[in-house]
Amino acid sequence: MDTTTKPDLMPGTDGTKAPAAADKTVQTLDEHIVEIVSDSGEGAQKCGQSFAAIAARMGNGIWTVEIIPAEIQPPARSIEGASGNRIRVGANYVTNGGDETDLVVALNEQVLLGRVRTGELKPGCTILLENKWRDDRDEEIVASYTQTHDELVQAGFRVYEIPMEEECLRLVPDPKRGKNMFVLGILCNIHSFELQMARDQIAFIFGNKSQAVIDANIELLEAGHDWAECNLDFKYRIPATKASEPQIVVNGNTALALGVLASGMQVCAMYPITPATSASHYLSDIFEKVGGIVHQAEDEIAACAFAIGASYSGSCALTITSGPGYSLKQEAIGLAVMGEIPLVVVDVQRGGPSTGQPTKAEQGDLLFACFGGHGDGPKVVMAAASIEDCFYSMITARKIAETFNMVVVVLTDANLATAQQPFKRPDFSEDWIAPALDQSALPEAARPYDWDETTGIARRFIPGQPDGMHCLTGLAHDRDSAVAYDPLINQEGMERRSLKLATLQKTLTTPTVYGDPEGELLVIGWGSSKGAIEEAVDRVRQDGHKVSSLHLTFLQPLPSGLKEILHGFKSVMTVENSWSDDPASEIIDEDNRRYSNLAWLLRARYLVDIDCWSEVKGQPLKPGTVARVITEHLQ
Amino acid sequence: MSTPATERLLKSNDENFTIDDFKSNMPRWCTGCGNNAILTALQRLCRDEKLPREKTVFVSGIGCSSRFPHYMNTYGFHGLHGRALPIAEGIKMARPDLHVFVNTGDGDCCSIGTAHWIHAIRYNMNMTVLMHDNHLYGLTKKQASPTSPQGLQSNTTPRGTFLEPLNPLSVTLGITNASFVAQAVDWNPESLFEIISRAYRHKGFSFVRILQRCPEYVPTMFDHWMNHPDKTLLLTHENGMQVSPSLAATYKNQETHDPLNLDRAREIASMTEQVPVGILFHDPEATRYDDIRDPDRPISPETIRSALDSEFDKFTVWPEQ
Ligand SMILES: Cc1ncc(C[n+]2csc(CCOP(=O)(O)OP(=O)(O)O)c2C)c(N)n1
Ligand code: SF4
Repeated sequence: MDTTTKPDLMPGTDGTKAPAAADKTVQTLDEHIVEIVSDSGEGAQKCGQSFAAIAARMGNGIWTVEIIPAEIQPPARSIEGASGNRIRVGANYVTNGGDETDLVVALNEQVLLGRVRTGELKPGCTILLENKWRDDRDEEIVASYTQTHDELVQAGFRVYEIPMEEECLRLVPDPKRGKNMFVLGILCNIHSFELQMARDQIAFIFGNKSQAVIDANIELLEAGHDWAECNLDFKYRIPATKASEPQIVVNGNTALALGVLASGMQVCAMYPITPATSASHYLSDIFEKVGGIVHQAEDEIAACAFAIGASYSGSCALTITSGPGYSLKQEAIGLAVMGEIPLVVVDVQRGGPSTGQPTKAEQGDLLFACFGGHGDGPKVVMAAASIEDCFYSMITARKIAETFNMVVVVLTDANLATAQQPFKRPDFSEDWIAPALDQSALPEAARPYDWDETTGIARRFIPGQPDGMHCLTGLAHDRDSAVAYDPLINQEGMERRSLKLATLQKTLTTPTVYGDPEGELLVIGWGSSKGAIEEAVDRVRQDGHKVSSLHLTFLQPLPSGLKEILHGFKSVMTVENSWSDDPASEIIDEDNRRYSNLAWLLRARYLVDIDCWSEVKGQPLKPGTVARVITEHLQ
Repeated sequence: MSTPATERLLKSNDENFTIDDFKSNMPRWCTGCGNNAILTALQRLCRDEKLPREKTVFVSGIGCSSRFPHYMNTYGFHGLHGRALPIAEGIKMARPDLHVFVNTGDGDCCSIGTAHWIHAIRYNMNMTVLMHDNHLYGLTKKQASPTSPQGLQSNTTPRGTFLEPLNPLSVTLGITNASFVAQAVDWNPESLFEIISRAYRHKGFSFVRILQRCPEYVPTMFDHWMNHPDKTLLLTHENGMQVSPSLAATYKNQETHDPLNLDRAREIASMTEQVPVGILFHDPEATRYDDIRDPDRPISPETIRSALDSEFDKFTVWPEQ
């Protein structure tokens, strides 16, 4: 390939070794958002994850977001087919995916277009583009490539065309496999990462492959690194502080599965559904090591019923699902509420309603989690706000479920499911796991629903316990579990089940306000948006605004002390990743405006005129967006 | 209030009267309801097999027949319409030491619970499933069920049902990994008991379809079979149901059927002119999901700690030494 005939579109990459390494100034950055996109199967995910892991090894904060096409095998070179990873690397701890991208590596111009059109790239963003398409045999491809390229340059992007294929061909016969490691080398060079850390990472990810495979990949990595050193005219350094204690780097679904293991739960019944499935994939791989099983049931109803059966006769079981599956489980969840069977239900939320947006982030199931199902079904609802939370929430949920014989719904979402963020390596404690199964004989007079007058809690009878024989039923029942049609007995049963929620509520601590306890505006959020909201609050406070935020882990019951917190602020709003009507719309007014989930909940409970802002773009909320919303709200 | 049939059976067991140990609340089924006979047979089975009451669980769905667990002095789980089987599977998976029975109606099993039924057959977990088939919905007051004979007038089909009934026996026999399929009738206690005993002793998913009378809504449904014992085909075999001389005298129409013969079992299942009673199919070797999945490592803090640590190791970024 004759590079000299090409128009000089790459600053400093006209085929000669333009700027020597020594000429480069290394720019110090606080943070950098990098993404790599390709067709599916070209290894962009692996490249991105490795880049993030190396950054973490370097001591940088990271948050990664997967870029997933909706289809398994989207057509090659298609706008909707972008697959890859986006990594926010920071000098400090990173709590969310951040705003738009600073630098993108694209293996073809079409997947790149997808990112441009959804507004994911910062104005002037640096683009490293595979240039092999310029010489493709297919004229249409050449035309499309050149046109896109020119348009991007015109639009002010800093485009570098890079002969990735050509360079890789020097080392491997089929660059489609391996190009990702060449790119990894480029990225490591650009960010001044220690090459040895990258080599270690490669040795780690290819750990189960032969040394020859590892060596070949390291060679590609080094080639990319050298190429960037000789041909690119920029280089960054993001100061890092090496962690003083071990950290683990996993995504939310992996953290959740590890949490299940750590909680001592033994049975997980599920039916595959995006974006929840990967938690069960990983759990399937590791659960049997500790005597647990993952049962893939015939559908979500069966999965929930199976988990209920396992919980009823053993220690608390769990079922993991996402929106559509959570809908199907409602009747069975009601049975667990009625029979007072401990159960953990995980809803890894995705875009709804119906099949909605399976791979996209949304948090629209809160009210459904609290109030779904017919009749009064008191159950606990809690939400994870970080990857670390995904781990510990399983331990907490199991404990609550078994202490109160209740259903505990844990909400996470597609954002947490696939995002990676390091957290302190947990130190296992025996307190985390379930106590041994009680099989002792029950006292003569014991009754299966001997509800405590104050707390509503009754001792659970587990099959195998002598003298505990009774028939658990989903019908209204008395203290002996006998079917009861007596109005007073039904009244009593409902009251006792409700009291348990109140009892749990008494044990909850008031969450702390992020920022001053008083001010102009309090922003309230829940779930995965915590990092973005707090970062936005930091930014607007720097602009001089008196804004604080509050993040809720327990959504049902709500902890005490919230009302007092609300009263410390002139106005209050929730920021959520779910639907709410835009009050500026022509026919929307106070009589018909539909608020987002948490705003409904808080307005109803505290009689405070809480405003809300939300969007349903399928993306995690960006701190920049939230900061803009807050600023507008203050005007 | 017990029915004449129940009383008769109770009397016949007078000598060592421990059936009471398995009795709980008084059944609330209609007089003459076939469920009473099934209850008696199960109480007798529990007594004869000396099942520890606390180690026995009856699981059911919703329907008249699903009230069954309330009347057993064992553990019981009266669950959701159609969902008894997955609940029972969860129980068995968590606790292989428990004896698990399932009571399900024809609507419960063959309509709302069909998906679970099909898959439960395939899982072949060790439990005894009694499908009380009265050919209609009793609890909800006479609607057609999938097993209603064509033309049955019900509240939802006042001019008769439209389609031919689903055949639970041939459906079950059509599923890969079916391991025990039998048919019994509530009006003959001896064969009912014998078949249920065989079902209980089979290690795997034993499916017993029991033709069950519902005098309240379809009083004449089974008259044809009851009044013509020659229309009953008694299945006998050394590996099948044991037939006493008195039973043989009642049902003279017999076939020696090897329960391992699946092809013949399917033919028998499809008979319309005779009602087969006995064991159609029995394969003791069929794979059991609960056997395969039974974790061989007990849960303990040590196993959890070491498994967690080795997983964490895969994802750990260590601080510089
Ligand atoms: C989800 C749901 N749908 C409908 C019902 C109402 N229902 C209760 S029992 C029943 C049918 C019972 O028929 P069958 O299973 O044949 O039992 P039988 O009463 O005849 O013994 C129906 C439709 C219910 N309880 N739950
Ligand atoms: S309605 Fe029919 S099935 Fe139900 S209890 Fe009465 S007789 Fe039995």
